[in-house]
Amino acid sequence: MTENLIGGSFPRIDGVEKVTGSATYAADMKLPGMLYARLLTSPHAHATIRDINTEKAKALYGVKAVLTGADLPYRVGLYMVDKPVLADGKARYFGEPVAAVAAISEEIAEEAVKLIEVDYEPLEPVLDAKKALEADAPLVHPDLDSYECIRGVFCPKGGTNIANHFRLKKGDAEEAFTRCDKIIENEFYVPQVQHVPMETHASIAHWKPKGNIEIWTSAQSPFAVRHLLSVALGMSQSMIRVVVPYLGGAFGGKAGIHLEPLVALLSKAAGYRPVRIVATREQEFMTLPCRQGLHARVKTGVNAEGRILSQEIEYIWDAGAYADYGVNIGRASGYSGAGPYEIDNVKMDSLTVYTTKPFGTAYRGFGHVELFWAIESQMDIVAQELKMDPVEFRMKNLLKPGATTITGEEITKYTGSVRKCLEEVAKEIKWGETCGDGGGETCGDGGARGRGESAPADAPTNAPTNGRHGSRSKGKVRAKGIAVLHKAPAMPPNTASSAIMKFNEDATVDLLVSGIDYGQGTATSLSQIAAHELKLPFERIHFIWNKDTDFSPYDWQTVASRFTVMGGLSIIKAAEDATRQIKDVAAEALNVKPDALEVKDGVVFVKEDPSLALDYTDVVMGYKFDNGNSIGGPVIGRGNYIAEGLTNLDPETGQGLPALNWTYGAHAVEIEVDTRTGDIEILKLASAFDVGKVINEGLCRGQVIGGCVQGVGSAIHEQYIYDKAGRLLNASLTDYKIPTVKDIPHEITPIFVETPHDKGPFGARGVAEHPMISVPPVIANAIFNGTGVRIKELPLSPERVFLALNPGRSKT
Amino acid sequence: MEIRICINGTDHIVEIDVGETLLDLLRWLGYKGAKNACETGNCGACTVLLNGRPVASCIMLAAQADGATVQTVEGLADEGKLHPVQEAFMDAGAPQCGFCTPGMIMTAVAFLDAKPDPTRHEVREAISGNICRCSGYVKVVDAIMDAARRIREEGAA
Repeated sequence: MTENLIGGSFPRIDGVEKVTGSATYAADMKLPGMLYARLLTSPHAHATIRDINTEKAKALYGVKAVLTGADLPYRVGLYMVDKPVLADGKARYFGEPVAAVAAISEEIAEEAVKLIEVDYEPLEPVLDAKKALEADAPLVHPDLDSYECIRGVFCPKGGTNIANHFRLKKGDAEEAFTRCDKIIENEFYVPQVQHVPMETHASIAHWKPKGNIEIWTSAQSPFAVRHLLSVALGMSQSMIRVVVPYLGGAFGGKAGIHLEPLVALLSKAAGYRPVRIVATREQEFMTLPCRQGLHARVKTGVNAEGRILSQEIEYIWDAGAYADYGVNIGRASGYSGAGPYEIDNVKMDSLTVYTTKPFGTAYRGFGHVELFWAIESQMDIVAQELKMDPVEFRMKNLLKPGATTITGEEITKYTGSVRKCLEEVAKEIKWGETCGDGGGETCGDGGARGRGESAPADAPTNAPTNGRHGSRSKGKVRAKGIAVLHKAPAMPPNTASSAIMKFNEDATVDLLVSGIDYGQGTATSLSQIAAHELKLPFERIHFIWNKDTDFSPYDWQTVASRFTVMGGLSIIKAAEDATRQIKDVAAEALNVKPDALEVKDGVVFVKEDPSLALDYTDVVMGYKFDNGNSIGGPVIGRGNYIAEGLTNLDPETGQGLPALNWTYGAHAVEIEVDTRTGDIEILKLASAFDVGKVINEGLCRGQVIGGCVQGVGSAIHEQYIYDKAGRLLNASLTDYKIPTVKDIPHEITPIFVETPHDKGPFGARGVAEHPMISVPPVIANAIFNGTGVRIKELPLSPERVFLALNPGRSKT
Repeated sequence: MEIRICINGTDHIVEIDVGETLLDLLRWLGYKGAKNACETGNCGACTVLLNGRPVASCIMLAAQADGATVQTVEGLADEGKLHPVQEAFMDAGAPQCGFCTPGMIMTAVAFLDAKPDPTRHEVREAISGNICRCSGYVKVVDAIMDAARRIREEGAA
């Protein structure tokens, strides 16, 4: 079947493995002679390590290696090389690995860990990113100046806790504020949260006597692991092999490099025996990375007509102890940090700040879930101040073709339409109409604002102007909210992908790419693209699942919603290459010119006379004439793609072209707030994204629904909680709750807008991260519309909502 | 200590440590479908059927399974033919990363055994102890509703 390959709902190609338990994940693997590793982690948020005594641990029967930071003079990192393999003379967060043991069983390794004696001298912890900026704050990295990073792109400030300061200036914000009729300034906060992939990090490494390393690991990006390890250890990439089997969820938390260097070095120390480490769930929370926290300050100036004239934004990112990945979150959220609005005057400062807490890394949305908490809450507050409908206010200011972004990029008809997304969700939620039948409950709805129900000018600014939050006698209030979003892939401007198509004797095709399918469904959508481009039945595409840097072609990383786009473009070129080879051989065999030929369903034939045809099985391994003479040879298609036309950003003004493509979106929600408990039920969530072109509708819907529910987690349920000493108090699924099936919206309606992107495959853009973005503010906006209470800190937990609705009640 | 345990129709007599969990034993014996994802009985990824009832094998001692019959996801297919719940999960696109899928499927199998004609609300109650981070659960509930229909139709045929 070659019809309808693009846009239909092909079932996932990995279904059988996943429903039978035969999909093999890293922690399911066992190598001959394999040892098991366990970690000793720091009980302090900040401490000097005066001494570590490993003698008793080393003496325990079955222990084959014990390593401490003193043994490992290496630093690793993607953008900022600041992360030691084990704490190096100083522990910078509660949960940081301080020593590691490899032994013949996990039990013995755990026993040995308990025998390691560490002499700590506790230091003052740095638990608040704003306080970390104060002149007398303890330094998390006193040697910051000596660290490697991409200078010119990132600018760490030695002698401070600032890992990076991204600056952007467009127009003259200060001057423009003087022309504004209203200036509204607010602060917002997002706590650290975690990815919580169902599979914790797991890695197996085997350092071979020859000096080469083989690694099987739960990583999003095998080539990034190989590259970063080779840089850290000073080894050739050709000496390192990284294999990624099935991956049990990632969400950014398995991008870059994590436990791989440690297990590799343990393997070497243990006499070249393979070593496996599997993070416990507790370590997944406290030792492996989380999502950065954010303190945001947004100052918006508008004129009386509701146009935003000026905006000043300050993002202070709580990076935690390391910012190897986090500095780029500060940068990416800087250049896109005003939202999808046309604003002529913007001043942006986005600071990535070290604290002594678990460190942040990429997490679905790459800073945008956090920054849109601020921006989309602020936009509703501004609309409220203007007594303007929030949809109408946004429509006055949203980007449209001809406008420029805050980095100076011109929006074209190919960029996508955030307006259309907003229109779609507003229609779906019936914006402007009263809420559904709630058995007589009241309904707050921004839609009625500015239409004669405005509150008096001296009304408190936090009261909804429609005055319809009214009676709470039944304790339940229904209300609607809206919010928009955008995101572009955040990546270096030279990011590349590649694809190889190897024909087999029976004219099936092995498809090799190195992006990882950790649940998104990319393997299926890329197989569809391959079949479509080769004009072959879908069943003939054999997607090679395990990624292996020894065999698979290069890809930078599986991140940033980039893989369907960049992998897809590579596959299109590989298919062109393979088809050209097939036509060249067939042309000689059939004695016609190559351009006289057409291909379909595994047959190459003469366009003018389809009876002159060759089956692919006679061509793809070479064509043999009747006399035995042969031509051609095995057909191997090759394609690559590098992000084209992107530029570095000016270090002072942030101007330039950072984005391969923008995916826009919007959410609309109807909720019910129980004012007696603070509990929020999401009755309906409508979410629209301009994906350019749907490649596989079922998979797209899966991404949207899954992302929305993960967004509900960030909105209502999730946060890291610390004690005063910086110890993480909720490092388990008992104490850190993510949404269960009972927490999901009663109805989720994914909507796909298709404004084709001129560079994407079939016009497609990525949509993996976007569904999660702006879910928190759409709920907060609805809470305000229903109750008149504006909450500026996440999560919107029942406790926080209840206390906000009942300011007289104390927390105890 | 030594226990006798029947796993997916095969009898095993095995020497176990007293503190060993049922999950560790199963995975040591090569039944890797059940996953270790929380170690605290919170997530359901380790769910197997013990004498037909779903249990969190990560917080159950192997010693407690002495004499019991255990079914894991590997034992669901009948001579290569997938169980209707497995087929429905595939067709609905319910598994994404797949790590929670074996536990989710085992919970669903036991649930549908007891409740062949459930409402969506009852399905949600039944799987509320199984956490999935990828799917948002909608397709999982769709799959279980569809599986119920398939099982009823098979029974009627």
